[in-house]
Parts: sequence; C-alpha cells; structure tokens
Amino acid sequence: MTGNVKIAIRSLYKIFGHDPQAALEHVRAGVSKTDLLERYGHVLGLHDINVEMRESDITVIMGLSGSGKSTLIRHLNRLIEPTSGEVEVDGEDVLAYGEERLRMLRRESMSMVFQKFALLPHRTVAENAGTTLQVRGVRQRDYLKDAGAWLERVGLGGYENHYPHQLSGGMQQRVGIARALTSNSPIMLMDEAFSALDPLIRTDMQDLLLELQKELHKTIVFITHDLDEALKLADRLVILKDGYIVQQGEPQHILLNPNDPYIEDFVSDINRARVLRVRSIMTPLNSGDLPRDAHGEVDINDTLENTIARSGGDTSHSYIVTRDGTPVGVLEMTNLVKALVPRVATEAGARKY
Amino acid sequence: MATYDFLFDGLGLRDWCDAGKTGDAPLSMADLLAKGGAATDTPWWEFPFPSLDALNEACGRIAQSRDMTKAVEDGFLAIKDVLRFVLDPMTQPLSWILEFALLVFEAAPWWVMFPILMAVVYIATKSVRLIGFVTACIAFLAFIDHYGFAMQTLAIIFVCAFLCVLFGVPIGIAMSRSDRMQRMTIPVLDMLQTLPPFVYLIPLIFLFSVTEPKLYGIAIILYAIVPVIRLTDLGIRLVDRDVIEAADSFGMTDRQKLFGVQIPLALPNIMAGVNQTIMMSLAMVVIASLVSAPGLGVLVLRGIRNLELGVGLISGLGIVLLAIVLDRVTKAALDRVNAARKV
Ligand SMILES: Nc1ncnc2c1ncn2[C@@H]1O[C@H](COP(=O)(O)OP(=O)(O)OP(=O)(O)O)[C@@H](O)[C@H]1O
Ligand SMILES: [Mg+2]
Repeated sequence: MTGNVKIAIRSLYKIFGHDPQAALEHVRAGVSKTDLLERYGHVLGLHDINVEMRESDITVIMGLSGSGKSTLIRHLNRLIEPTSGEVEVDGEDVLAYGEERLRMLRRESMSMVFQKFALLPHRTVAENAGTTLQVRGVRQRDYLKDAGAWLERVGLGGYENHYPHQLSGGMQQRVGIARALTSNSPIMLMDEAFSALDPLIRTDMQDLLLELQKELHKTIVFITHDLDEALKLADRLVILKDGYIVQQGEPQHILLNPNDPYIEDFVSDINRARVLRVRSIMTPLNSGDLPRDAHGEVDINDTLENTIARSGGDTSHSYIVTRDGTPVGVLEMTNLVKALVPRVATEAGARKY
Repeated sequence: MATYDFLFDGLGLRDWCDAGKTGDAPLSMADLLAKGGAATDTPWWEFPFPSLDALNEACGRIAQSRDMTKAVEDGFLAIKDVLRFVLDPMTQPLSWILEFALLVFEAAPWWVMFPILMAVVYIATKSVRLIGFVTACIAFLAFIDHYGFAMQTLAIIFVCAFLCVLFGVPIGIAMSRSDRMQRMTIPVLDMLQTLPPFVYLIPLIFLFSVTEPKLYGIAIILYAIVPVIRLTDLGIRLVDRDVIEAADSFGMTDRQKLFGVQIPLALPNIMAGVNQTIMMSLAMVVIASLVSAPGLGVLVLRGIRNLELGVGLISGLGIVLLAIVLDRVTKAALDRVNAARKV
C-alpha cells in the first residue's frame, strides 16, 4: 500500500529535564544517552526521529520498555511538546497550532486508545464510547446512537448500559476502541492497546482490528513491545531503541535483513515460517519464461508455513507464484528453507566451525 | 539585686538601662512578693530562665511580659474597627440566612418536617432502612421534648455545612490546580484545624456582638470547612493520570475536564470531606452555645453551669443521636457513590 504521507516526523528530539535546550546542544555534539543522564542529569527521550506514516497504513512502533514509544506517539497530538523538530499531519505543521486549532486536531483528526483503557468509571459503556462526540458538543441522543452502532460493531451490542467495572479487560478495551471509532477521525493512535490483555483475548483483538481496518482504512499508529503482534499488524514497522530508530521499513524486509544485532536478537526466536510470506523470498518472473517443472501455484501472500504444508517438506519442489491468478514469480523450496534460518544462527554456526 | 545584673553590666549597658528608668515602672506581682522579704541570694538551683520579667528586674528598659499581652490587645483593638467595618457588612447575609433557617425549622410543624427529612434521607441514600432509623431517632427526640432544640441544631448545621461546601469545594479545586496556591493554603488550614475551638471564639467576640448569629456561624464555618477543602484538593489530585491524559487526547477543554472528569472522579473523596465537615459542624455548634448559638448545646451548657446532671446527660444523648443520624446518612450517600464506580 502506498498512500499519501499522512503524518511526517522530522528530526524530532525530546529531552526531559530542567533545561532541555542546553542539553540538546550536548546531544547534538554527540553525548550519549547514559552520559547525558550521568553528567548533565537529563533524560534523552527521543533522538533524531524521522518517520513518515502513510495514509491507510498500520504503522507499528516497536521497542523494549523505556525505548520512547509512548513519548513518540504523544508527540503526534502534542500531549508532549518536543524539544526540537517537526511534526506534520496532512502537510500542516502541528507544532505551529494554537490552543484552539490543536483542540480541533485532537477532536476531529486523531483518537487514541490506551493501554490501561482509561474509561470513565462513572459513565455507562455507551456514554464512554460517545465521549469523543460529546466533547464536540454533539447532543446526548445523537452521540448515544453513534456509540451504540460502534459498540455493536466491536461486539458489545447489549452492553450499552453497563458500567466499565462490570466488564472484563478485553471488553473494556473494546469500549476503548469503540470510543476511538465513534469520533470518526481518520487517524487512530494505539499505545500498547492490547498489552494488558491475556494472549487469547489479545489475538481476538488483533483480528478485530485487522477486520475493522479492512473496511475503514484508517491511518493507525500502533505501539507494542511484542514482535509477533508487530508482524501481524504492521504494514510498516519502526523499531526504536533507547530513543532512536534502529531500523524501519516493511516488516518482512526487516525480518530478512536485520541491520543491527539488537534487531537480530529480537527476530531470532520468531516463528519465521508463519510470518514470512512468499512475496518476500520469491524470484520475480522475467518476461515469459515459466519453469516447466513447477509443482503447482502458490499465492503471493501465502505464508511459508502453508507452502511447506503444500510441498510435504520436499525441498526439490518449486512453485509458480501468482497474484490474482497471474504468474508473477517463482519460488524454489531451497530458498524457502534458507529463509527460515535467521542470519544470526547461520553466522554463529559459521564462526564456530 | 537581680540575677541578670551581671549581663547588662558585662555588656556595658548599665547606663542605658538606668537612663530609661522612670522609677515608677508598674510593679509585677513577683516584685510585690519580693518586696516583702529581704533580698536573699537565690540558691543556684532556682536560677531563673532569662524571661522578659527576669530581665526586666535587672534592666528597666526591657519590657515585662504583661506589656506584650497588652500590646497584642491594643493592636487588635486598633485594627478592630477597620476589620469590623469591612467584615460586618460582608458577613451580614450569614446572620440573615441563619435567622431564616432557624425560623423555618422552628416554624414548620413536626408533621411537615418529618416527611421532608424522610424525603431528604431517601434522595441521599435510597435506603428504606435508613429512613426508618432516622425517623425513629427524631421521633425519640420529639418524644422526650427535645425536638425544638434538635431542629435548631440541625438548622445551624445545614446552613453552615452547605456554606462550607459552597466555599470549600472551589477553594479545594483552586488548590488542586496550582501548587503555589496549595503551599499557601495548607498552613492556614493547619492552623484552623489545630487551634482549639475556644481560641477562635475570642477574637470573634470582640469583632461582632455576641447576640448576632453570624458570630457562631463564622466560628462553625472556619472550624468545619477544613476537611472539605483538603479532601477536594486531594481527590482531584488523585484522579488517575491516564484518564486525565485520555481526556486531553479527546480535546476536552479545562471546563469539560473539570466537570466531566475530575469532579466526578473525585466525588467519593469530596463526599468523605462533606461527611467530616458535617460532623465537625455538629461538634462546633455545641461549643458555640457559649456564644449564644441555640440548640442542644444550650442544654448541655445549662447542665454544666447549674450542675443539672440529668439535663446535661439527656441533651448529650440527643447530640449523640443527631451525630449518628448525620454520619449514617452521609456515609450511606458516600457508599452509594462508591458502589457505582468500583475501579
Ligand atoms: N516525564 C518524564 N520525565 C523524565 N523522563 C521521562 C518522562 N517520560 C518518559 N521519560 C523517560 O523517557 C524514556 C522513554 O519513556 P517511554 O514512556 O516513552 O517508554 P516506552 O517505550 O513507552 O516504555 P513502556 O513500554 O514501558 O511503556 C524513559 O527512559 C523514561 O524514563
Ligand atoms: Mg509506554
């Protein structure tokens, strides 16, 4: 998917402390995060961040705890003010916005889903889901109707008049999502939205999000510290570490070409067969020359797992890769097997023997 | 010869002291006593602390401590007229409200008052059992002919607690929004809370005439407003930061946030403050009978003054009953709020 750039972040720095501007000079001069903290008592939150997020994409920002994910996403709607840098939404400089215009942005263009749900305990589920409309001054009767429709859509029909404390965590987060959807904003910010849920519910919620996204085509910024979740949801993956971007790009590409030991660590114990897709490892077709000995066709978006099942484990097979029925490439099973082994493992093996 | 002569001699201040001596400085009680006997050497274990009086003995220029007391009094009397000029008209409405409330509570016949009280209890607590309990308590007080006194006490508490909430909640909100405001207010609250109730009756008696209701009204409000202010401030500061962040992210204005999020979420704490405020009003309204507050406290005072043991004990029981009623009702209202919003 290649939509327009919806959100652009350029050379963004965030430093926490009493004199961030002075500390910024040190950072620009090359002082590291640990030194900045020890010598100058400032925390380097974000370091020279450059990201473009495309319309209708799910951009996943991944990193370990403390890597600055929450800090980054809060710059998009200016819950946190940057120390230096630019944030553009729809080509407009968000940092130049006055109070009123900023409030408009938060009300109409962006809605947020929180790790701890952040529902209002004294309001019913429907009133909670309608909050985003209520703040704009929509009358109660109207926002309750919209909220009801979205609650229905996320699978909470019939719970409108319950209170949040009467619902399970998974259901509460569905309310959180319904609340964000009710606002009808084109951008959704999700800060570890599923991290507080148990694994099964979590998978359900991921499926729900993907299903909704198929219809709604929102621009979603999703934060997680879980690689499986990132790979499942991401159209585009941004990996943060200690406040700077280690690598960004298409998830399959990062998985196959990690450019940093940090990422290799991350990706080494992932089930690659389930995550990688045929398109990432096929050989594109040069005009016309279809191999005669192909054992059948596979779809370009099939996972390697499916393909292995098809081949019965025979590595001598090769397949014709099709997109919507037309051949676009060739897949050799030997290439597939190679792709299953993370580079770290092969290198480690090479060094050893 | 005074004990501290050596001090002034040593510092070379003797001339200065003597120059200031008028000869007829008012004698302190200690002087009078000392004059009786011959000046004996004080044994070392009676060596006096260098207090104002002890120093004055050695040097007439040092003020006696009673001069200090007098200065405070003079100072207060000097600003009294100004204070009164400002405070009197400002607080006049309080007198009117109190007089009006007392009038209404006394004039309303019991068969009107009972249903009204029952309705109030029901609205606040939605508990039929509690209505029964409250009615029984008031009926008992009426049965032993203390109804009128109890109603006077209730009237004063209603007015004062209402005004406490009216002023206390906004002050608490202001405190929760600004750390500076909080730092400035807390010492005042601490002082109001630690001053023994009798002590701040004293300046009030000088400022206002004892026959005016606002005298005890102010005393009660000053004493009882503290918890509602504190707990409003605390409640709002304790509101979950995540929820506040969510409210910001939806583009709520400060006003929407205050009324839609902060106050509702702080409500359990605010209600706990109101409960304490009401209980403290009750405590103070009894003491305020010293300055002509009507109600059950008057009977207690009579019991003490005339050693009428029975009168004192029965009215004390009445106060206990009122306290239980007020506490139960406000606690039940608080529980009802809490039940609707478990985490
Ligand atoms: N208000 C603040 N003052 C000082 N330092 C802060 C502040 N907020 C965040 N930080 C620091 O910035 C860094 C990034 O924090 P952030 O909350 O963005 O991490 P995160 O990636 O979201 O982590 P997690 O997965 O635990 O939520 C951390 O080192 C943190 O200590
Ligand atoms: Mg975070």
